[in-house]
Amino acid sequence: MEHITFLVTVVIITALAFDFTNGFHDTANAMATSIATGALRPKVAVAISGVLNLAGAFLSVAVAKTISGGIIDEKAGIKPQVIFAALIGAILWNLVTWLRGIPSSSSHALYGGLIGATLVAVGMHGVHFNIVVTKILIPAVASPIVAGVAAWGATRLAYRITRKGDEKVNAKGFTAGQIASASLVSLAHGTNDAQKTMGIITLTLVTSGVLAPGSNPPTWVILSSGVAIAAGTYLGGWRIIRTLGRGITEIAAPQGLAAQTASAAVILTSSHMGFGLSTTHVCSGGIMGAGKGGPTGQVNWSTARRMTYAWGLTLPAAAALGGIGTMLADQGSWGVGALALIGIGVSGWIYLISRRRPIDATNVVAEPTVDVLSAPLEPAPASAATAAA
Amino acid sequence: MKINWAALGSTFGVSLLITLGVVAAFSFGISSLSRRETALAGGTAAGRGGAAVSTAVAVVCFGACAAAVGYGLYLIAGA
Repeated sequence: MEHITFLVTVVIITALAFDFTNGFHDTANAMATSIATGALRPKVAVAISGVLNLAGAFLSVAVAKTISGGIIDEKAGIKPQVIFAALIGAILWNLVTWLRGIPSSSSHALYGGLIGATLVAVGMHGVHFNIVVTKILIPAVASPIVAGVAAWGATRLAYRITRKGDEKVNAKGFTAGQIASASLVSLAHGTNDAQKTMGIITLTLVTSGVLAPGSNPPTWVILSSGVAIAAGTYLGGWRIIRTLGRGITEIAAPQGLAAQTASAAVILTSSHMGFGLSTTHVCSGGIMGAGKGGPTGQVNWSTARRMTYAWGLTLPAAAALGGIGTMLADQGSWGVGALALIGIGVSGWIYLISRRRPIDATNVVAEPTVDVLSAPLEPAPASAATAAA
Repeated sequence: MKINWAALGSTFGVSLLITLGVVAAFSFGISSLSRRETALAGGTAAGRGGAAVSTAVAVVCFGACAAAVGYGLYLIAGA
């Protein structure tokens, strides 16, 4: 790296900021059920997940190399400020959904931001829409269904096979299995999602001429992406953990094992096939399936339905934010500066709202929160009282 | 636009089979451990023999799970 401009530095920092939000947005995917069943204490769970996310970042660079080339036409003239606008859009959507405790897809936020920013910057020919449909939209619909069906079947099997067994042995065994499978999901998450940030940073370096096209991510990019996602994971997205762990269904250890094994299997096989799927969608589908296959078979479908609406909204919403940001960033340096200020301002504002009714390691499993997604942003007196209790 | 249904279908099938296989193997491992407890509690020579067999079955089951996980990691790292 010989000459990195100020703008490229800003884009890299923003990409790492997105990586950080990705980390705490997705802690829930791996750890929500282990926290909900008490297999792991909340702080221990996020620590394990953080370390494994960091380890996962070093496993592979395959996704990083395909992140941008697939959806976006690299040769269409993507400039660093376009990537900057895409990242701001993705970060803001991630923060809004986190505030509402919605487990939406960080990957879709990133894809959406990139698509919107590219459309505004260079027009329709900059985006490969057929790849968007075949590699992103279809897997987005199919993967949670596959994970759900697999988790449902696995839950039924697990209960049937061990039904005559000793209760203490069962509990111990399934708890261990749940921790192991959650760790595997964390590792898979690190390798998938940290690579998306690596891909963005590498793309930025290529577009600004620092790296040759087709380069592997440099080691400092891999390391910083891994550290950012691990730090975000360790912070813990407690709001989303609560939704996934308690909001959809009551989970027991065998169901957690089934849901996570299904999630890990789907994530690994799909990545192998080159589908850009969302770990969030897969894990949520797995939890719903495990809930349906469990002893009570009860799933809170209204929460599941609201979650699905948010999934559908993520791509277009992040695209709109990325597009609007690009209009501003394309105005030149003052536009980029204004966009940066808006990004920092809105993020800070969302953080302040979140402090009004904090959810953290101490109260994440305290109360069943059926209405977590419908909760208004302004704390209602009754729910504020229960949160404080 | 060409949708690769075969790739989607095989991803579906493989994920489903791996999930069911791993969870079933793990559950059989746990139920073997349960049988081992019961056999040991009996305290007879036959009971101890049964316990040894149950232990072996459990080891094979958990080993199969570990192998599946190892193969999964090999796939990501090698991809």
